[in-house]
Amino acid sequence: MLYSQAVFRTAGDRSIVMEFANAIDPYVLSKIRSMAAAVEDQPDLFIEEILPTYCSLQFFFCPLLTTPDVLRNKLREIEKSLPPSSSVRHRRVEIPILYGGDAGADLPFVAKHNGLSQKEVIDIHSHGDYLVYMLGFTPGFAYMGGMDKRISTPRLMQPRIKIPAGSCGIAGDQTGIYPIDSPGGWQLIGKTPLKLFDPFSDHPVLLQAGDKICFVPIDEDEFHHIIHLTEAGIYIPSISEEQTP
Amino acid sequence: MKHEIYILHGGLLSTIQDRGRFGFMKVGVSPAGAMDLFSLSIANLLVGNNLGEAVLETMYAGVQIEFGCDETIAITGASSAAYINESEVPLWQSLEVKKGDVLHIKSPSTGIFNYIAFSRGIAIPKIMGSKSTHLRSGIGGWKGRAIQAGDAIPLGEKMKSSPDLMLRKEKRPVYTKEKTLRVVLGPQDDHFTEEGVQTFLRSPYTITAQSDRMGYRLEGPPITHKTSADVISDGSAHGSIQVPGSAQPIVLLSDRGTTGGYAKIATLIAEDICTLSQMTPGSTVFFTTVTEQEANRLFRQFITETEKSLTSIRDPKQKQLVITVAGKEYSIKIKKLD
Repeated sequence: MLYSQAVFRTAGDRSIVMEFANAIDPYVLSKIRSMAAAVEDQPDLFIEEILPTYCSLQFFFCPLLTTPDVLRNKLREIEKSLPPSSSVRHRRVEIPILYGGDAGADLPFVAKHNGLSQKEVIDIHSHGDYLVYMLGFTPGFAYMGGMDKRISTPRLMQPRIKIPAGSCGIAGDQTGIYPIDSPGGWQLIGKTPLKLFDPFSDHPVLLQAGDKICFVPIDEDEFHHIIHLTEAGIYIPSISEEQTP
Repeated sequence: MKHEIYILHGGLLSTIQDRGRFGFMKVGVSPAGAMDLFSLSIANLLVGNNLGEAVLETMYAGVQIEFGCDETIAITGASSAAYINESEVPLWQSLEVKKGDVLHIKSPSTGIFNYIAFSRGIAIPKIMGSKSTHLRSGIGGWKGRAIQAGDAIPLGEKMKSSPDLMLRKEKRPVYTKEKTLRVVLGPQDDHFTEEGVQTFLRSPYTITAQSDRMGYRLEGPPITHKTSADVISDGSAHGSIQVPGSAQPIVLLSDRGTTGGYAKIATLIAEDICTLSQMTPGSTVFFTTVTEQEANRLFRQFITETEKSLTSIRDPKQKQLVITVAGKEYSIKIKKLD
């Protein structure tokens, strides 16, 4: 679980890894987020990029301006100064989903596999409270936790060559949304009209680590309406800020 | 006169690349960028650009470009025969080309990637802070894809006059079929048996044909894990060497995914990432460890030496004058006779 103090790992000549735990847990996520926030405020560390993952932070630094030893000492100081359990702000993001039909071709299979009706699968999926642990795999892909195991379904035997951007799927105990067209083996249950990745936007990626997600079922008319507004650049996704005690 | 280059032949895989796209790994965006950052930097310095300006990266051979304007260029990287019209031109130095000239890069005798820098710069917008092409996500560069015949790629307005520079001969990389590459162990060397780590450091590994801009797959004696190859997904640094269940190493390069779930035994140092990227399938590599402190010193040395490695190609005994006669420009070379 969470280590009493972080463990450093070497990662070449331009980065180091600071590992906080050896398990996936919301408490580890908030530790990582509070450490990242504390480091981001400090330009004299010469850190060029911070990559948060499930259990660690990877720091990419400028090797001309600092050394791994100096950086580790400073990071250790910052870690010691963090309050023991800090309350972290997070965002609540609503993601509208058109379930089933052409948008979610595997919904019947997911229902059958779990002995549920399609409506029950939709109810369970859209009543879950999901937490984004990290992003990776492709631009904007969020690794989420919190899916109800009653709708767990193994991956497709034969992955699809092309899954359209916005598709929402299930793979084992995970659920997620494909931000760009890509090959993949997830069971598709629906599709969101939102753009999770738009390289031409000032904010290219919709989701971020620490976000809480809820899925909101929509019908085909709403789906096309949101697409229309998104293309016109006037759709504002529902995002609110919350404080976790 | 249009400030453009026209692609007559796209070659095997030619993409626009700069140093890479930084600051977006946390949202899953691959840095991409030139495979051989040394050759990228030198190509830019030779035409008077900043180190990290976008250039054209070509793979193996075949690219043919017609210039729509006069320009100063430089070609670096793989030992290819490069021609402007019918004349072979030297690599690793500033070159002047005229409107209508055609550059043709033929098969390299050693190495893989060539870099063509343009003093006007490539006038395409930056996407998320970079002009680099990332093929898998289809972003950056020229329409997010490799260039192909028929493309007209815009250059900047302002041409820099040739700085007449070359890379010192002794500083030019020699691409061979066998090299020892330096690594820092970690981040997950503790996931491997003692024997596994020793095998990795003592055995030859062959670069396989299943290698691309994402990573080079190597083949050799199996590197054994203590329990399993899987770790909780974490970050992937440039040059990190992951070992999946097959026990065969994969070196993660420019187009790598930002995160991955296989244990990583070691990470290549910056200079040796450039070396490896130019090694062809079938070549053999050995790995040797350096400490993190030594790697830091080597990085500083590599950067400072790169900056000092250029010299003038101008013959001190020779002067060049441009005169205008009846509206036409003539270039005259004047040489002092001994």
